[in-house]
Amino acid sequence: MPGLVSRLRRALPNFLERGAGMARRGERPCRRAGPRGTTVAARVGASVGASGVARGVARNGARVGANVVASLGASLVLCLAGPSLAGQQGPAAQFPAYKAPRVADGHPDLNGIWQAFVTANFDIGDHEAQPGPHPEIMGAYGAEPAGQGIVEGGSIPYQPWALDRKKQNFAARMTVDVSSDKTWHAVGDPELKCYMPGVPRATYMPFPFQIVQGSSPYILIAYAFTSATRTIRMNWKGDAPTDAWMGWSRGRWEGDTLVIDVTGQREETWLDRAGDFHSDAFHVVERYTPVSPYHLIYEATIEDPKVYTRPWKMSFPLYRRMEKNLQLLEFKCVPFTEELLYGKFRKPNGDVK
Amino acid sequence: MTSRSATSLAALAVFAWLAPAPLVGQTSSAKPAGSPKSAKKASTPGRTPWGDPDLQGVWNDATSTPLQRPGELAGKDVLNDEEAADFQQQTAQGLTRDRRDGGKDADVNRAYNEHWMDARRLKITEDHRTSLIVDPADGRMPPLVPLSPDRQQARAMRAGANTRFNAGLPNDVYDMSLPVRCIIRTDSPPYLPTIYNNNFHIFQSPGYVAIAPEMIHSARIIPLDSRPHLGNSLHQWLGDTRGHWDGNTLVVETTNFRSDDGVVFQGGNPATFRITERFTRVDADTLTYQFTIEDPATWTRPWTARIPWTRIDPAEQMYEYACHEDNFDIVHFLTGARAREKRGETVGPPPAGAATAGER
Repeated sequence: MPGLVSRLRRALPNFLERGAGMARRGERPCRRAGPRGTTVAARVGASVGASGVARGVARNGARVGANVVASLGASLVLCLAGPSLAGQQGPAAQFPAYKAPRVADGHPDLNGIWQAFVTANFDIGDHEAQPGPHPEIMGAYGAEPAGQGIVEGGSIPYQPWALDRKKQNFAARMTVDVSSDKTWHAVGDPELKCYMPGVPRATYMPFPFQIVQGSSPYILIAYAFTSATRTIRMNWKGDAPTDAWMGWSRGRWEGDTLVIDVTGQREETWLDRAGDFHSDAFHVVERYTPVSPYHLIYEATIEDPKVYTRPWKMSFPLYRRMEKNLQLLEFKCVPFTEELLYGKFRKPNGDVK
Repeated sequence: MTSRSATSLAALAVFAWLAPAPLVGQTSSAKPAGSPKSAKKASTPGRTPWGDPDLQGVWNDATSTPLQRPGELAGKDVLNDEEAADFQQQTAQGLTRDRRDGGKDADVNRAYNEHWMDARRLKITEDHRTSLIVDPADGRMPPLVPLSPDRQQARAMRAGANTRFNAGLPNDVYDMSLPVRCIIRTDSPPYLPTIYNNNFHIFQSPGYVAIAPEMIHSARIIPLDSRPHLGNSLHQWLGDTRGHWDGNTLVVETTNFRSDDGVVFQGGNPATFRITERFTRVDADTLTYQFTIEDPATWTRPWTARIPWTRIDPAEQMYEYACHEDNFDIVHFLTGARAREKRGETVGPPPAGAATAGER
């Protein structure tokens, strides 16, 4: 059955790298194939003994592919017999097969202005509607909407101390203390202070971002929020040379998915206004998969052994902004935070602007 | 200091890369006086796969050649080799902060010392011009038109704020310039050389050119599809930019600047200020950047400057410049000012060698 084999070869790289439990609760036909909490891909990855299984498949073609197929056995066949024959698994599998338009180098064209429409910037977990800060002056303006979480499995697997710290973060999220260099970053949500949000938070803030993808080994992602930018260095080898607020992004293609490995993020960034946080061991692997001309599925695998008990995942769709002549407008928020940060250092009775 | 570890790393990288090259007169001796850049070996700049001229890469615009021709060089637009070597040494001496000829206060105010200096900032342009301004012919910004009383008052207020800042006695954060406050730096046009972080990363995709200046991490994403400018009630710190190709040249027109104090270059009038920039790749490693500023409410005529951009070694990377995130300066300036007031200090003339407030 050459047709099936070639389809399998195309399908496998995505399938395998998509890995453990990308599917959300019950959405994925493969879920029942493995023991609870594991997946077919994870077990195959372990048996083949390589973290770069998918790349091995891509490079070595039929031989490795055949081994993998054999080890997968009946469960994989069941899987592929489902609605996902085109190779999209995990959250992308709920969409009909789609082949994105290509840029000149043959990779999918992700150019455009994109935006998430989740409320995860308030809280990446499930959250109820709330009055928000200072309802006595903000009224319904400051209130926060309810939202379903974007964390696979519902909650972040914090170590016990870290869960306490998250709660402290939330309680002091609007506290600002820049009186000394030592306490500068100690408390408060960095978003409140207009700091670059880091990854993945930049992706689900309530602002659009633009992908500029051409023929160079660099892809630009520019965010409206505080004009933050990041350069995706395609096939870059080596570690992050230094820490940065938006981290160091190394990109590669896996099938139609842009995979970005982000390290070197400053430890001060948060994941949301609920105080969710990480340490300097933060490691994020993002996946951008086109599922229609107008949608990308965004997934992120997050690990930080200093803060979480195991790696965890989030996913949500990104929508193409369709307005004619839409452009990314600046949200340079520094001027909007200066009074909060520096107002108390003003000259008494000095000129007030 | 406003610059952070990533910046210093970038500065070190740049410095290390340039270190083997002699700082003075590196390329001038082999060329006849005023030899234009085009005398270099001709090579056809490439095209992108979709047919646009290819400007992609990281470019550096550092030079010591001043924007305006110094008075003592009036009438002399291009220098011969010997004059150029002198001029380069002279300008380098003026720019360097590692001098000890101004006393204690000057030393402190020259805090951005040699460590911060982009070594290319100490070299004049290869064409040996004495100003970056090429039009008018005298290499100087044209005279101002008479300013309205409102604008005169605004300029006077700004001057007062600068005096307080330079005296170490700012009233509040608004006495500091937009660069000191990390709102805009060299990311707002025109792109002019400064002491460090003179890199610009150009990206292209079909229908767009994006320019990401190192300082401050914003990107100008320039549509090339002839769409109209934003409406005239929508303004931005970096303005609103439209581009098109004129042969091999990217022509970029920018309007719709915000009216906040200091946003428009040299205190131009935001409602009438218009800047046209032209980016032309000359060869694999050189790009010519030229800008023309028109603002009939500010200058008596348009004026134009030209700056060569050099491609940095593709093995080098441009690092994030996080300005506001660790801008300890603001608190230091303000708490310092409050302490000085307690000691009874008042605003006098600025001390020798004082840092400017970063006015654009």
